Amino acid sequence: MLLNQFLLLSAVLFAIGVYGVLARRNGVLVLMSIELILNAVNINLVSFAAFREAVPGEVFALFVVAVAAAEVGVGLAMVLLLYRNRRNIDLTEIDLMRG
Amino acid sequence: MSAMVLCAALPGLDPLTGGEVLVAQNVAFAVIGLTMVAAALRMVTTTNVVHAALYLVIVLAGAAGLFILLGAEFVAVTQVLVYIGAIVVLFLFGIMLTRGSYGTDEDVGRERHLMAALVGVLVLGVTAGSLVDTFRDAELARSAPSTAAQIGDSIFGQYIVPFEAISVLLLAALIGAVVVARSD
Repeated sequence: MLLNQFLLLSAVLFAIGVYGVLARRNGVLVLMSIELILNAVNINLVSFAAFREAVPGEVFALFVVAVAAAEVGVGLAMVLLLYRNRRNIDLTEIDLMRG
Repeated sequence: MSAMVLCAALPGLDPLTGGEVLVAQNVAFAVIGLTMVAAALRMVTTTNVVHAALYLVIVLAGAAGLFILLGAEFVAVTQVLVYIGAIVVLFLFGIMLTRGSYGTDEDVGRERHLMAALVGVLVLGVTAGSLVDTFRDAELARSAPSTAAQIGDSIFGQYIVPFEAISVLLLAALIGAVVVARSD
């Protein structure tokens, strides 16, 4: 197997995640797209670990999984707070700090 | 059995690198990769948020399959346990608790979609161009898969400080989530 086939697949997933973050308005969907991006990064880390025959890449992939779990916890708490205060989670309507 | 020993004795023909295994690996990669890309596309375009969470499960399971293909079994198991087992359930709870958003994520302006798609395509173009240019046809090293023991040694030896930092981060995120979402 080539290294590049994994890296290119991961790049495609990353780009799809970027599209999701920019195009969707639903807060939960934006968080899911961020998960897609983190997952693409994980595929990169593990492919390089296999390429270099080194374990640290996999260790860092595990760290990324842990950080993603923390990020989802806080992010969903913020979305819930948003919902409680405004009764919807449309991110385009949050413009309190617009100049 | 004797055939395997014979194969292992010949350079380039041992069971892990033999031609048939390689073809099987490439077929598996193609199937998993296409499924992941299709599911990811559906995830960011579907109007039903619950369906999006289920498409996310497909993408994450595909990533676990890729990790097994790359010989990283422990990461694959962790992916299934933490991502599919915990994070997706958290997402489903988030969707159910914000009921107004459930159902549909109605259409945004066309311009916004177009710009987002343009940014995505540009990101993909730049990344793919530089990747192809840098790693042209570098072959993956095909040795034995890494074991959980090696990963454990690495985490609790060389990377003990980042590990402790992650523990504190998780604790802080837990407390932060409780404080933010508390209802008084």
